[in-house]
Amino acid sequence: MNKTTPLISFTPRARQHAGGEGLAAIQRMVHACMQCGTCTASCPNAFAMDLAPRQMWRMLLFGLAQEVLESRTFWLCSSCYTCTLRCPRGLPLTDAMAALKRLAAAGTDSANRKKALFYQEFMHNVEMNGRVQEMGFMCSYFLAMHDPLLPLEYTPLGLKLLGKGKLRLGGDAQRGRLGPLFAKVRSMEGAS
Amino acid sequence: MKYAYYPGCSLEASAEEYDVSCREVLQRLGVELAEIPDWTCCGASAAEPVSRLLTLALPARNLALAEREAAGLDMLVPCSACYLNHLRVTRECAQDRSLSGRINEVLGTEGLGYAGKVRVRHLLDVLAADIGPEAVAAAATRRLEGLTVAPYYGCQALRPYVLFDDPEHPRSMTPLITALGATVLDWDMGGRCCGASLMATRKDVALSSVAAILDAAEGADVIVTVCPMCQMNLEAYQKQARQGSPVSVLYLTQLLGLAFGLSDGQVLLGKNLAVTDALKSKLRACAAAGNAMQTTPTGG
Repeated sequence: MNKTTPLISFTPRARQHAGGEGLAAIQRMVHACMQCGTCTASCPNAFAMDLAPRQMWRMLLFGLAQEVLESRTFWLCSSCYTCTLRCPRGLPLTDAMAALKRLAAAGTDSANRKKALFYQEFMHNVEMNGRVQEMGFMCSYFLAMHDPLLPLEYTPLGLKLLGKGKLRLGGDAQRGRLGPLFAKVRSMEGAS
Repeated sequence: MKYAYYPGCSLEASAEEYDVSCREVLQRLGVELAEIPDWTCCGASAAEPVSRLLTLALPARNLALAEREAAGLDMLVPCSACYLNHLRVTRECAQDRSLSGRINEVLGTEGLGYAGKVRVRHLLDVLAADIGPEAVAAAATRRLEGLTVAPYYGCQALRPYVLFDDPEHPRSMTPLITALGATVLDWDMGGRCCGASLMATRKDVALSSVAAILDAAEGADVIVTVCPMCQMNLEAYQKQARQGSPVSVLYLTQLLGLAFGLSDGQVLLGKNLAVTDALKSKLRACAAAGNAMQTTPTGG
């Protein structure tokens, strides 16, 4: 597969300014946290997290960025917005989770870089095709993960979708349409 | 009634049955759709972990196209993730003019501009508020008597922006379902997360959410959804999630279409991954009763 743009197209520039835009901005988002734990109690995925969300906000405010970025907690946020809805301080907690994903993806930790690949491969597909091509995206994701067992996990689903005529290449009328938009976003985020 | 229509990428591929049934049902309800020309991906749930500006610029492009090509129309979105992405731009730009400026700087590369004039509406909001249960009942030719329906709303149609339903105890589907003669399952999982894209990144965690939802729906004949991601998570991984009996999962628009007298083929029922024989025979019984009602003149 020939790719005309780098695989991980947002990472290099993001890393340059992640410290400035990243950590301080996230700390401001959760600055008013009063440690009530409503977020943790509301989270459908908290059972699988190593740091409870409440605990993670406090660690961020203490400046324990390294420990937070090494945790899997923010990668387990599925953006259900229940914590954001219920937070008595009205804090944008789901946005903070997403910002942590961006900060972690821009860092050097290889485990975090790998966890970010799913999203980066998806956006690469969008950049190329204008509208995401589900099958092409999953194929390039499997390739990027270098895990021969991963595709097998999704084989039953793939076969089901194939049988239903749902695995097909979409139209390509919008191919390349988003190239200029992505390039502009890249240059603006690199410059900020 | 006329709306600018943003189907989104899923509805062109794995959720084709949602697109087809949505168009069919809305047409029968007297709604005209003007698909936004040259629309592109909104970023789904993948843009946000990659770039904040991209998260806003991608949907803004579609909003700008809607303003230019379908001026004055509300934008109707059937996918909850697409809905939230577009809605977020309208909300954040309304509060922050410098953000609006940055987004327009991006859109300027294509000669587009976003002026903040489009109102973004979820399909469910349009069905419940603009069309309403009376019009739905009037369009129905089959009563779905004896059918118990579990309405599943998911997350992003309800939260974080609370616009048309209770974000903790959603109920906007209730009058639409009862208008068809069906019974609504009393459950508290309607707004519980399905796991969303964790199904790709942490399948074990997403499966536990799916199992909890399916278990709670045991008393229902069918779960109905209003989002392609919720639909896929609930229908495609049932055997991996739990050992219980299979649960049928349809899009709300497919159920409406069947009640409106559309055939299985017209709502692409064959594309669904979880439709039990028990549901099929119940639907056939409802159809037969509907036909009998139409052909046999009733006295009085």
